[in-house]
Amino acid sequence: MYEHLETAKNTENLKRVVVDPVSRVEGHGKVTLLLDADNKVRQARLHIVEFRGFERFIQGRPYWELPVLVQRLCGICPVSHHLAAAKAIDQLVGIDPENLPVSADKLRRLLHFGQVLQSHALHFFHLSSPDLLFGFESDISKRSVIAVLSEYPDLGVQGVKLRKYGQEVIRMVSGKRIHGTCAIPGGVNKSLSKAERDYLLEDIDQMIEWSAASVALIKKVHCSNLPYYDDFGTIRTNYLGLTKPDGALELYHGGIRAKDADGKMIMDNVDYCQYNDYIHEEVRSWTYMKFPYLLSMGKENGWYRVGPLARVNNCDYINTPLAEAARVEFKAHSNEAMVHSTLAFHWARLIETLHCAESIKTLLHDPDIMGHDLVAQGEKRYEGVGVIEAPRGTLFHHYQVDENDIVTKANLIVSTTSNNMAMNESVRQVAAEYLSGRELTEPLLNNLEVAIRAYDPCLSCATHAMGKMPLQLELIDAEGNLIDKLVKHSSGQIERPNNA
Amino acid sequence: MSKLITIDGNTIPFEEGQTIMEAATAAGVYIPHLCHHPEFTPHGSCKLCTVKVNGRTCSACTFPAVDGQDVLNNTQELTDDRRLITQMLFVEGNHFCPSCEKTGNCQLQAVAYHLNMLDNHFPLFYPNRELDASHAEVMIDHNRCIFCTLCVRASQQKDGKDVFAISGRGLNKHLIVNAQSGLLKDTDIEATDQAAHICPTGAILIKRTAYQVPIGERIYDHQQIDQVSLASENSQHDK
Repeated sequence: MYEHLETAKNTENLKRVVVDPVSRVEGHGKVTLLLDADNKVRQARLHIVEFRGFERFIQGRPYWELPVLVQRLCGICPVSHHLAAAKAIDQLVGIDPENLPVSADKLRRLLHFGQVLQSHALHFFHLSSPDLLFGFESDISKRSVIAVLSEYPDLGVQGVKLRKYGQEVIRMVSGKRIHGTCAIPGGVNKSLSKAERDYLLEDIDQMIEWSAASVALIKKVHCSNLPYYDDFGTIRTNYLGLTKPDGALELYHGGIRAKDADGKMIMDNVDYCQYNDYIHEEVRSWTYMKFPYLLSMGKENGWYRVGPLARVNNCDYINTPLAEAARVEFKAHSNEAMVHSTLAFHWARLIETLHCAESIKTLLHDPDIMGHDLVAQGEKRYEGVGVIEAPRGTLFHHYQVDENDIVTKANLIVSTTSNNMAMNESVRQVAAEYLSGRELTEPLLNNLEVAIRAYDPCLSCATHAMGKMPLQLELIDAEGNLIDKLVKHSSGQIERPNNA
Repeated sequence: MSKLITIDGNTIPFEEGQTIMEAATAAGVYIPHLCHHPEFTPHGSCKLCTVKVNGRTCSACTFPAVDGQDVLNNTQELTDDRRLITQMLFVEGNHFCPSCEKTGNCQLQAVAYHLNMLDNHFPLFYPNRELDASHAEVMIDHNRCIFCTLCVRASQQKDGKDVFAISGRGLNKHLIVNAQSGLLKDTDIEATDQAAHICPTGAILIKRTAYQVPIGERIYDHQQIDQVSLASENSQHDK
């Protein structure tokens, strides 16, 4: 599609424009554009410039630390990492998902719905609503939640309170709003007391109402700006995520489903423990983020999108009534075809927000969340894979341990990583279709950020291509002349090019 | 007629043979400490219980109470010194509270909170220390050892074994175990030994028990270490 803009054929005489940092996203990234004399875009890249390295430094630690240790990857969706790791270490103590005590399963789901609700609310109201309410090229003073609170105070306060409610769900289940403890190998460490349950029940109807109103709002925003919203940053892609065995939307546990751009099934209900047979990751030299792809379709065509748009596109139905009605409307917009509009991520995200609020209410009325059978244990195993639908998409945690319970190998495929190629493509689409040939101004550059922001990327979670990324060291004198150059290839081989 | 000392101007009685720490604890006065435990011979190594006795600096856990002593404990100067000592303990090891399973139940962390330690102050050493998970039930994370010797004393004096010792000097000081291989699995430690439970930090742990106590029910979730310490040490003393 726009891959020809990943690397310009000849970078000489091209002008460089940098958006650094990309704002209102989690983590640190930058966009670089190379423009020719006529301001035509010749190269556009989203670079992830921070480096974490969790996969390496959790090696050597005991496996029971993992859910608490790896959740420190992120302050926005730590619960997703907590639960993905927990699902993996359940297997290390011999517990498969179907053997997890019912109360533990439901408490983890409640925790996760709280997480997705607060993360989605944060993203829509705090990070993205300024673009959507004031316009992509609005004055910089408008591009923050403060402006939303001042011009749309009711909406702004609803967003803040919706997020707070999700965090309160997390606090009740895990003890803290951020970085609590809940899941332990084979279960959870506490159930809800009646007082905690009643506290959460007090506001849940209001949350459902506000979530439903936010779906109506995004639908109005989207449909009143057609065809712009259907085209901006839009790319035709494959989609991947978990669904229940019957095809329902699923956030906590299910099989992997992937569909192509025409909606044709690529795979369905695949056991995620076998993910390595289906998904591989590619490393590129100019970013710390890897590029995952479906093995069966190859690097060129096998990349896919994950997250709310993928999930709502992929599922056959949603098992809560208001969210299902919203999904039906969403799909009617595309005449039942796959929705490829990148800005439709927002719409899908709010449908999921509504689904989370409805699901929280259902669980709060379920006596199992106050049960006392919380932990199960089986025969020790040496390998575990946990996969969950994090707010930003499918999240894979894979661990191996030795006979002393120490982690020997870890692989994380973080949601945002799966959207890496798509985000780059969307950036290039916007650069090519909306910026190319125009005199670049600061508000115009916000268009690039709007495209990235639609994915709700968490760049800090997603960066760990350690050791495989080629490095280039250049020694340049005061006049700017290259004196020496060393290149370390991804194989580890170090070379000094002759022309240096 | 009982004998008396004053601590921060308050007169407290003591019995012949008591240390200042013991007299203070019995009277409900908390003196910060990590290597002291009422069941074991005082060691006087952590120096957190440093007090001024008649103007002279000494360790409250080893110094005998003597009639008429004027003891300063809760002063700004001593609190500042104790905070610096605690900061040094933190930077010498690898104490990562956010992911340590002892968090909320850790005396080192609780003392740091009590002393209002808000940062490390000193540069971190980042020592390269090993983790010994060879034993089926008990684990040592050397990153968190502060050389208080409580495990050494508990093993010898309570368990009737000799599992632990401190070896080396200065920066090379380290905890060793009584086995040719140097591994815990080759010692006679058992998970029921007091030495396996007495560590004031997260250095010696019972495997597969992490995070079972939820946040809100951990030792220091609702009480500071001074209250917890006085309550538990007085109850041990009464036994």
